[in-house]
Amino acid sequence: MFGTLLKKRDFYAGGLMTLLGAAVTLDSMTYALGTLTHMGPGMFPLMLGCTLTFIGVLILGTAIVTPLGEDESILPKEREWYAWGCILAGPILFIILGEFFGLVPATFACVFVPALGDRTATLKGSAILAAGVTVVGTLLFTYVLKIPFPMFRFGL
Amino acid sequence: MFATALQDLWYGFGVAFEPHNIMWCFIGVFVGNMVGVLPGMGPLATISILLPLTFGIKPVGAILMLAGVFYGAQYGGAICSILLNLPCHPPHAVTCLDGFPLTKKGRGGAALGITVISSFVGASWGITEMIFLSPILVVVALKFGPAEICSLMLLGLLAGSTLARGSPLKGVAMTVCGLLIGIVGSDIETGTPRFTFGIPNLFDGVEIVALALGLFGIAEFMKSVNQLSEVDTKYTNVKFKDLRPTRDEFRRSIPAMFRGTLIGSLCALIPGTGPTIASFISYATEKKISKTPDKFGTGMIEGVACPEASTHSSVQGDFIPTMSLGIPGDAVMALILGALMIQGVVPGPQLISEHPDIFWGLIASFWIGNIMLVVLNVPMIGLWVKLLTIPYKYLYPAAMFFVAIGVYSTNNDMFQVGEVVIIGIVGYLLLLLDFHPAPILLGFVLGPRFEENFRRAMLISRGDIFVFVKHPISAVFIGLCALLIVMQVYVRLRAPKSLPTEMALPTDHHKAAEAAE
Repeated sequence: MFGTLLKKRDFYAGGLMTLLGAAVTLDSMTYALGTLTHMGPGMFPLMLGCTLTFIGVLILGTAIVTPLGEDESILPKEREWYAWGCILAGPILFIILGEFFGLVPATFACVFVPALGDRTATLKGSAILAAGVTVVGTLLFTYVLKIPFPMFRFGL
Repeated sequence: MFATALQDLWYGFGVAFEPHNIMWCFIGVFVGNMVGVLPGMGPLATISILLPLTFGIKPVGAILMLAGVFYGAQYGGAICSILLNLPCHPPHAVTCLDGFPLTKKGRGGAALGITVISSFVGASWGITEMIFLSPILVVVALKFGPAEICSLMLLGLLAGSTLARGSPLKGVAMTVCGLLIGIVGSDIETGTPRFTFGIPNLFDGVEIVALALGLFGIAEFMKSVNQLSEVDTKYTNVKFKDLRPTRDEFRRSIPAMFRGTLIGSLCALIPGTGPTIASFISYATEKKISKTPDKFGTGMIEGVACPEASTHSSVQGDFIPTMSLGIPGDAVMALILGALMIQGVVPGPQLISEHPDIFWGLIASFWIGNIMLVVLNVPMIGLWVKLLTIPYKYLYPAAMFFVAIGVYSTNNDMFQVGEVVIIGIVGYLLLLLDFHPAPILLGFVLGPRFEENFRRAMLISRGDIFVFVKHPISAVFIGLCALLIVMQVYVRLRAPKSLPTEMALPTDHHKAAEAAE
C-alpha cells in the first residue's frame, strides 16, 4: 500500500504543498498576528498557509484513493539533463559575464550555451545564431532602449 | 447609455488613430500573429518578453500592443492547427480535429479563409459586448465596499483556478502559492518585511516580469527542448487564392459561426472559462446539433468555424472583467493587468472614468487590430506559412536572451536574472508534478489587493468574519463560490473515470495525432 503510494506523482505534489503550507504557517507566526479587527502582517499569510496545508492534504488524499496510473514517473521519459543544464546555464552566464565583461559577451553566452542544448545543434550553427542575436540585441537595447549596461567592461 | 457609449467609442477611435498608437497596435498584432504561427511559442511567453520593452512607452501604447499580441496570436494559432495538426495553442486544439482533415483533402486554404471570417465575426461581437456591458458593470461595481470586492476576488480566483485545465485542487493550490508570492516584500500597512529571507532586493516584492518569464519562459523551454519534432510541411503550400471557400462551405459555416460567437461570449462572462473552454464547448455543441455528427473529425467546415468564432468572441470578452472590474480571468489577463499596474494605473471600476483614453482607446484598437489581422492574414498567408518552418532550436535560445535582458532591464539589477532562474527551476518542477502554473500569476496579481481589501473589510466590520455573508451582494458571490466547489466535488465523486466532454476531446485528439504520425 505504502509502496505504491510512493510511486504516485500526486503523493509528491500533495506532499510538497503540505510541507510548503506548513512552513508558511509556522513562519507567519513569527510576524505580529494582530487581531481580526486590526490584522497584523502575519495574519493573512497564516490564513493562506493553513489553506495551502489543507489543500496539500486533500491532494495527498486523492493520491491515496486513486489507483496507480500508467505514467506516474515524475521525470519525463527522456531526461534532458544536458539540455536543461544548457538552458539554465544561459542566464547564469549572463549574470557572471555581464557583471565582469559587459553586455556583448553576456548576450553571446546567453544564446550560445542554451542553443547547444538541442540535440541537432552544431557548434557553428549555434555560434552564428548567437552572433546574430548579439548584434541585433545589443544594438536594440543599447541604442534604442538605452539601458545602462556597457557593451564591454573589464573587471568590476 | 447607448448614446454615451457610442460617443465614448468615437473618442476611443480618436485615441487609437493617433499615429504612435496605431504603430504600437500594429506591432502588437504582427508579433502576436507571428508567435501564434510559430510552434512552441505562446502568447504568455511573448507578452512576458515584451512587457519590459513597454516600460518606456506611454500606458495607452503599451496596453494596445500587449493586448494586440494576445488576440493576434489567436489568428496565428489557427494556421498552426489547421495546416500542421499541431495544437500548440490550447484554444485551437479542437480546430485540429476538423481543420487538419480538411487540409488533407486539399481544402486547408478554405478552412483558413473560413477561420479568418469567423474570427472576425466572433471578435466583433466580443468587442460590441465589451462596449455596452462594461459601463453597466462599472456602475454596479463602483458601489462595492471592501467586503464585496473581496468576495468577488475570491470568486474570480476560485473560478480561475478550478475551471481551467487540470485538477481543480491543484489549480487552487497554485492560486494560493501565487497569493503567497504576492505577499513577499514589505507589508503595506506596517512595512514589516515578510518572507524576504533577509534579502534586501526582495523588499519590493517579487518582480512580475521575473515571475512570468520564469514560469512561462524558462520552465516552458525546459519542457519543450528536444520534444518538438520537425514540422511536416507537406500541406503548407497555401496561397492567397486558395483561401476562398466554396459557396456550400460558406453557407454551412454561417450558422455555426453565430452559434460559436454566442457560446464564446457567454463563456467570457464567467471568470476562469477563457477561450480554451469556449472552443471545446462550442465544438461539442456543434457536433451534438449537427445532422451528421459522425462526419465530425473527417473535415467538417462547421467544426472549424464554430470553435474559431467562439475563441475570438471569448478572447475579446475576456477583457470585460479585467478592464471594468480589475479582476483578470486568466494568466494572460493577469499579465495585462500587471502591465497596467507597472505603468501606475490602478485597475478597478474607476479605470474607465480615470483613464478613458486607455479603456476606449483599447476597445477602438480592437477593431483596428482585427481589421489589420484580416488584412495581414489574407494576402500575406504565404509569409505566415513560411514561418511555420522556423525550427524551435533557433527560437528558444534567442528567446533566452530576451528573458535575461528583459528581466534585467526592469530594475537594472542582476539579482532579478538570478530570480528568474530560480523561478524557472521551480516552475519546471511544478510542471513535472502536473501543476499548471498559470493560476500562480492570477493569485500574484490579485494578492496584494485581496489582502488590502480583506483587512479593510475586517476593520470596518470590527473583526466580524461573517460580514461577507451579511452583505447581500457579497453573500451572492460567496454563494457562487460555494456552488462552484460543490459542483466540482459532485463531478469528481459521481464520475471519477468518465471525464466531461470537453476534457475527453483533447485525449481523442492526442490519440488521433499519434495515429496520424
